[in-house]
Amino acid sequence: MSDTAVDTQESTQEVPKVVSSRFDVDDGHTLHGYTQSGSFEGYAALRRALTMTPGAVSELVKDATLLGRGGAGFPAGVKWGFCAPDVWPRYVVANGDESEPGTYKDRLLMERDPHQLIEGSLIAAYAIGAAQVFLYVRGEMPHAQERIAAALNEAYEANFIGKNILGTDFSVDIVLTFGAGAYIVGEETALIESLEGNRGMPRLKPPFFPAAKGLYMMPTIVNNIETLSNLPWLLSHGVREYRSIGTEASPGTRLIALSGDVERPGVYEVPQGTTTFRELFESERYGGGIRGGRELKMFIPGGASAPWFFPEQVDLPLEGRVVGAEGSMLGSGAVVVMDDTTDAVRACWRLVRFFARESCGKCTPCREGTVWEERILRRILDGQGRPSDLDLLLDVADNISPGPYPLAAHPEAGLEAVPFPPRQTTICPLGPSSVAPITSAISRFRHEFEGKINRKDSIPVTSAGVTSV
Amino acid sequence: MARLTPDNLLLARKIIARFPEPRSATIMLCHLAQEQDGYLSPEAMEQVAELIGATSAEVLGTASFYEMFKMHPVGKYCVNVCTNISCQLLGGEELLEHAEEVMGIRSGSTTADGMFTLEDVECVAACTEAPAVQVNYRYFNRVSPDDFDELLEDLRSGELSRTIPSHGTLGNVRQDLHGDRVANITSPSQQVEPAWFPNGDSDEGPAK
Ligand SMILES: Cc1cc2nc3c(=O)[nH]c(=O)nc-3n(C[C@H](O)[C@H](O)[C@H](O)COP(=O)(O)O)c2cc1C
Ligand code: SF4
Ligand code: FES
Repeated sequence: MSDTAVDTQESTQEVPKVVSSRFDVDDGHTLHGYTQSGSFEGYAALRRALTMTPGAVSELVKDATLLGRGGAGFPAGVKWGFCAPDVWPRYVVANGDESEPGTYKDRLLMERDPHQLIEGSLIAAYAIGAAQVFLYVRGEMPHAQERIAAALNEAYEANFIGKNILGTDFSVDIVLTFGAGAYIVGEETALIESLEGNRGMPRLKPPFFPAAKGLYMMPTIVNNIETLSNLPWLLSHGVREYRSIGTEASPGTRLIALSGDVERPGVYEVPQGTTTFRELFESERYGGGIRGGRELKMFIPGGASAPWFFPEQVDLPLEGRVVGAEGSMLGSGAVVVMDDTTDAVRACWRLVRFFARESCGKCTPCREGTVWEERILRRILDGQGRPSDLDLLLDVADNISPGPYPLAAHPEAGLEAVPFPPRQTTICPLGPSSVAPITSAISRFRHEFEGKINRKDSIPVTSAGVTSV
Repeated sequence: MARLTPDNLLLARKIIARFPEPRSATIMLCHLAQEQDGYLSPEAMEQVAELIGATSAEVLGTASFYEMFKMHPVGKYCVNVCTNISCQLLGGEELLEHAEEVMGIRSGSTTADGMFTLEDVECVAACTEAPAVQVNYRYFNRVSPDDFDELLEDLRSGELSRTIPSHGTLGNVRQDLHGDRVANITSPSQQVEPAWFPNGDSDEGPAK
């Protein structure tokens, strides 16, 4: 029952630590630690930003192509530009609701480097002209809440937040607030509802961005914790150095939570686009190989909502567009590895149960459909499945996400990739996400489902060999 | 019980003042009430409603959406075992079964002595540390069945009472906003374009 283990390896020169440079520093969460350690000088980026116009800061972030790290990968600088013109006040909301299964990075950023997040939030607030920033932290993370509260108190005291920041006219408040247990609140419009004191249900679109109408119907920029945490390094080192990491389309790094059946699970900061899944799984630097020397059966490249990948996809780079074209998404940087002992039906059921539990209930296809999906899968697992169940399952799924669902290519079966994203009959992508494990699992492991249905077999299917009986 | 203590009432008013609209404090105030009482009572929801200018039905409507708010007393320690995908792969479901056996209860229920409530929960963002367990939302990583037994023992003996407060308490550190440092927190209708935000394309930073 060790303490949280993260990427504890020596930092080597070729992989710069943009956001994780203080993860191993004992007092990295304090103001002292923040200014005295790490890959840039704490609060120097804010000073630099304050010598520029807000517009110039926005331009800089746009030029850097800082892609959002919350799931959709939308460029932050571009999103900031969507604020409804001449409408005031504006707000910034830092999305710290991290609850996508497999995802573990924002909590680390909040616990181990809260000043980095605060400085990033200040830079964003300055760029868009915000009156107030809200740091919305998932309810189940009291340690992160404590660390952020302490850091906010220090930063107010040091005049990095509040009135006339660092002796300039720039004034803004940052307020810490919590969720209380609801995955859907991570969706930005649901988060705004929650912040208004309501049930956390997503709003109808359009408007597609809260930058048009957000908190109290005012222009609101919602950014992920990791997105905001990139800003201090970016402002300190500049666009050119930032863009020298990763690829042209996806510069910079990403924090990847590598979990499941690997020898060395952990949170690793990797350059975007240049690392392949194989390297992530096998290299000593990262995963150190599939656990116990077993074979890879499948993996999830971007959190529970992402369609699965299989051994055919291991040589793809961790790059949003590539992964999207190949039928899945990089999502929230959650890579879950499953070896050949994994029961595909059981894994599928567990993921679907999550979506059924977390559906907010606002729209019918999701509210009813996810529950149906879960029940059908459950009875198949329990040895009570019917031969018609797979068709029924796919039919229910089709009501939530009509048409071909994003899928990885399967050359042996003559299947081409169906690119991301899925279509939806729902208000938000949660409902369609529940379909990802279903179509992924059935497309490859239909025989495992059929085995359980036909043999009324509730014994876990343990290897590819056994299932083909 | 149930009504906020004078200290907590003071704190509640401070929390409300941090938000542009009082209703935005709903969740924070429900957490405060739950911290005081260990659960969220009807009386507490009524008082929260009074404080933020809502009806108690509205507060209940909001609070009941969120998993963490318990409308009935629960154990002193909520033991949450994650069985979601990363934990499932590394024995989370078996750990839950073990927990049910040694605690003598099903997940979702509370032991007769009121010490423990056991829950089968969704991902708690500790996926690389699977299987993960939270006790009153404090983390225990890579928990084996033996570790789990030891954990229960330590909780029973009071060994962990300093690091794990009883149910309801979240962070032990609170944000502390001094009036004289606050820039400008008012309702949106009273906000205007910030004075420091340049109109058009000036090349200057904010005035010194
Ligand atoms: C069901 C659902 C859950 C989400 N959960 C989160 C979350 O926990 N954290 C997060 O940053 N974004 C989450 N998002 C994405 C947000 O809606 C939003 O796009 C994101 O916070 C924007 O930040 P970014 O542009 O910096 O990535 C979720 C989206 C959906 C549809
Ligand atoms: S898709 Fe599901 S979670 Fe999203 S709004 Fe509809 S019911 Fe709610
Ligand atoms: S799946 Fe268990 S902590 Fe994420």
